[in-house]
Amino acid sequence: MYDIKALYEARSVEEAVSLLTEHPEAQIIAGGSDVLVQIREGKRAGAELVSIYGIDALRGVRLEEDGTIRIGSLTSFSHIEADTIIKEKIPVLGEAVGKVGGPQIRNIGTIGGNTCNGVTSADSASTLFAWDAIIEITGPEGVRRIPIQDFYIKAGKVDLKPGELQTGILIPKKSWEGYTGHYIKYAMREAMDIANLGCSVNVKLSEDKRTIEDARIAYGVAGPIPLRAVSAEETAKGRPVDKKTVDEFAAAVLNDIHPRDSWRAAKAFREHIAVVIAGRAFTQAVILGGGVLS
Amino acid sequence: MKQYKLIHCTVNGKEREAMIDVRASLTDLLRNDFRLTSVKKGCEVGECGACNVLVNGECFNSCIYLAVWADGKEILTLEGLADPDGGISDIQQAFIDEAAVQCGFCTPGAIMSAVEILNEKRLLSDEEIRVRMSGHLCRCTGYENILRAVKKTMLKRLGLSSEAPEKQEG
Repeated sequence: MYDIKALYEARSVEEAVSLLTEHPEAQIIAGGSDVLVQIREGKRAGAELVSIYGIDALRGVRLEEDGTIRIGSLTSFSHIEADTIIKEKIPVLGEAVGKVGGPQIRNIGTIGGNTCNGVTSADSASTLFAWDAIIEITGPEGVRRIPIQDFYIKAGKVDLKPGELQTGILIPKKSWEGYTGHYIKYAMREAMDIANLGCSVNVKLSEDKRTIEDARIAYGVAGPIPLRAVSAEETAKGRPVDKKTVDEFAAAVLNDIHPRDSWRAAKAFREHIAVVIAGRAFTQAVILGGGVLS
Repeated sequence: MKQYKLIHCTVNGKEREAMIDVRASLTDLLRNDFRLTSVKKGCEVGECGACNVLVNGECFNSCIYLAVWADGKEILTLEGLADPDGGISDIQQAFIDEAAVQCGFCTPGAIMSAVEILNEKRLLSDEEIRVRMSGHLCRCTGYENILRAVKKTMLKRLGLSSEAPEKQEG
């Protein structure tokens, strides 16, 4: 038995909004792989819950008419990993969510839950930051869409107002078309572990594959919330595809990141790893895009 | 005030009904209401895999799964692998033959992950099998025998058992 005060089950988004409005103290539970564990730990013991797990309309990946990739917030990690649209357009997202926990966790865990808990180490978050994802939120006032960077307010806190729930994650065509990406999770174990550092890079090369037209890089655990390394991105833009660009790009991330000391890893160690994996992820993204690094 | 819900689900091929406390986990439902004690209570926080069962063909740690979510679903536990005479399945026999069992606590959960893999009816590499079995903690066997049992059954079911086995990484 979980220590739950009351449980309300929503079958539709409208019902979820009205249940959340009726019960302002209630917390949302999606797959529950964070919420139920925190109830067991006592952190959320005695909570009132609104379960949105039964809202099948929030499951699945779709390519919209304008080329936007739409991921329903309740889509599980394993379904994202196996999805043909993801494999074809943004395979790096499938690879990133394939690093979450273990197989059973990837069957229950949802991408919406992964982003709504506001945790910096979320394996999906750095990749979504790197692809300029848009978060769709539905509430009593209707639907609003905000960039993922604005969705994260501080550690453990995202921009969900009373009565609201996240209903989708959108990646516009201009964000993914022509880009190739790579994600590196640095952790002690290959399964059932939390990232010491996560780094997602994607690049867009010129037609002749000799110039970096655009580069985007985001980290998890390099700050209290996922973040973009903006000065590294600027360093690479318009530069030739060569080793010097890789090295300068990687070194520049130190201007942007601010990891902390924790029992998992020291700040200095995280900074060192951040530079190394930035270079590796960037190199891999370039190779996937057809670039040749001499 | 206690809150109850009437649920209907298929458990190991049989239609079942239960009036459950909404605070129950799927582990509680399977063990207490249906007496399916292959579903072990290990860590109870979704890390060890001892409570793993198939829900609509996918593996879930039933300790972090609300029992109310089982409504309308098809659930398979280790007990459901036995044939009507009580004989065990090929994957269970492979676990015995390969000595993939010592204390046995992780075994039902590990076998249910193997069942999810075997149901895909495709050839997985050693690395893929390792990834797919990575949601289980076994303190006795050192995993090698478990991986061998899964691989052996996979090859057998695909009609490839005569093939020389790929070298297992130590």
